[in-house]
Amino acid sequence: MGMTVAQKILARATGRTSVQVGEVVEPAVDLAMSHENAALVINQFCEIYQGTGLEPGIWDPTRVAIIFDHRVPAESSKTATNQKKVRDFVAQHGIAKFHDIRGDQGGICHQVLPESGYVRPGAVVVGTDSHTTTHGALGALAFGIGATEMASVWALGTVLNLEVPGTIKVEVHGRLGPHVAPKDLILYLIGKLTAEGANFKVIEFHGETIEGMSTSGRLVLCNMSVEAGATSGIVPADDETVRYLRAEAGVSDPLHLIRPDPDAPYDQVIEIDASTLSPQVAIPHAVDKVVPVESLGSVRMHQVVIGSCTNGRLDDLAAAAAILKGRKIAKGVRLLVFPASWKVYMQSIRAGYLADLIEAGAVIMNPGCGCCLGVHQGALADGDVALSTTNRNFPGRMGNPKSEVYLCSPEVAAASAATGVITDPRKGGAR
Amino acid sequence: MSSNPIPPSDPVRGQVVLCIGDGVSTDTIYPGRFMATVLPSETPQFAFADHREFNAKLNQGKIAAGSFIVAGANFGCGSSREQAASTLKGHGLVVVARGFARIFLQNAVNLGLQTVTCPEINASEGDMLEVREDHVLNVTTGARFAVQPLPEARRAIVAAGGLISYSRGRLIQKNA
Repeated sequence: MGMTVAQKILARATGRTSVQVGEVVEPAVDLAMSHENAALVINQFCEIYQGTGLEPGIWDPTRVAIIFDHRVPAESSKTATNQKKVRDFVAQHGIAKFHDIRGDQGGICHQVLPESGYVRPGAVVVGTDSHTTTHGALGALAFGIGATEMASVWALGTVLNLEVPGTIKVEVHGRLGPHVAPKDLILYLIGKLTAEGANFKVIEFHGETIEGMSTSGRLVLCNMSVEAGATSGIVPADDETVRYLRAEAGVSDPLHLIRPDPDAPYDQVIEIDASTLSPQVAIPHAVDKVVPVESLGSVRMHQVVIGSCTNGRLDDLAAAAAILKGRKIAKGVRLLVFPASWKVYMQSIRAGYLADLIEAGAVIMNPGCGCCLGVHQGALADGDVALSTTNRNFPGRMGNPKSEVYLCSPEVAAASAATGVITDPRKGGAR
Repeated sequence: MSSNPIPPSDPVRGQVVLCIGDGVSTDTIYPGRFMATVLPSETPQFAFADHREFNAKLNQGKIAAGSFIVAGANFGCGSSREQAASTLKGHGLVVVARGFARIFLQNAVNLGLQTVTCPEINASEGDMLEVREDHVLNVTTGARFAVQPLPEARRAIVAAGGLISYSRGRLIQKNA
């Protein structure tokens, strides 16, 4: 019996020739990422060492990355104090992959990691953030863990007691239509699988639609795989992965691309014809309540958010700017734009996208996660409706349980910002 | 606020204090806006913060340690924030759900929050439940519901009293 990508990665990371689905393994970690919650990781890390007589020491500081992104710049003295604690720890332990609140290197962790060349095909990547699944777009096995588990990884360098996950194969054929984006594909899949349909499993993406998709689009698919419950999303590494890592992430060392065996065991195979997809919208209050945009009645909204770890990349901002260039957003609508990183921010300035968006009425925010989870800026009033390119719309997600959040692609968001109601970018939104 | 942990392997009996449906996310259990509070000693005050009435009862000490939350499928979906587990553990609550999201379940195991996966569970607020070896008994209605055992990989951590002590043991082994 052959192996899936996840099995092959876990076999490599445990020094074995093969592993079986369901067996317990302790893979070596290649990259361990945290953000502000490193403050809690530090606390738990020191607790592990208590009473051992050993000096707390990270197993390999070159494999630890810390990126401030959830509340930047600090919104409160409490956050600032936590960030200071992390900064001191980083200096003390010599953690070089540290991205502080700086315009020349910062951003959202799930953009900073790929664009900095930290993620390699075949790697085991863990992060104290559920959207760590994002990094499977580069052919890694990447998954979210809690802070205490990260503390254990810092101490030991392995994930303890991991069960080898089964895999769902998703085969996508056909070309996405005009104004239909990778976001629509993953929303459609989540609607089909449900929010728990891939629980404890990996989603492996295949088919010519995926092969022809940029890494930026693949990052969207893997980012939101967790919204179907998946441990990880994986796009098997290919020529596009190599192109991205060489040309956009500056990686020059040898790469080892891991492909699944032809007879790999899949729990389920799902086929999707991308050419038939409409732009999709997840309606309140669940990520798997997904409908085609044309089926919605007139939904008026108050705030549109474009950005985040899901859809704040250069092509996302380009798509939004193309729709809004020379137009104005509707009266009564606030449009907030969060580029995914400062690198993306600078590229969008140079390309003129941010000028187009500002002239249309957008407010450009600094890269960060805060608005998506209701912790920093962009708060909603009671009764407000938000349309957002972010990844979750649970009750209270954006900070106010008396508000509603719809999820969509940058194209739908931009077209809707111009009209004030949720709009199909293939019709009313396009110029 | 109670902080007495329940040994996860012991049979436990308590009253259902909250029944809640499918897909309860970590945004409901521990809203994001309190995430700057990280320490397990400080998180309990924000448990179910947007369910004002329940949160108030917890913080006023009106809910006994060992009380039950009964939930539907995919409890704890969403964020990896560990506060969602530590906030419930801090009140000594036990969660019986039809299913749990992966990261929440792992966090619960790692911190010693008692969780019971019980795919058919049926109970109302006020009912008495008893968790036995392989089933949950609704003492009030007399109904029994089969329990899906924790996978072996997680039982080892529970047996050690949580991941901190489990990892400490491994660290000592490694440095011996």
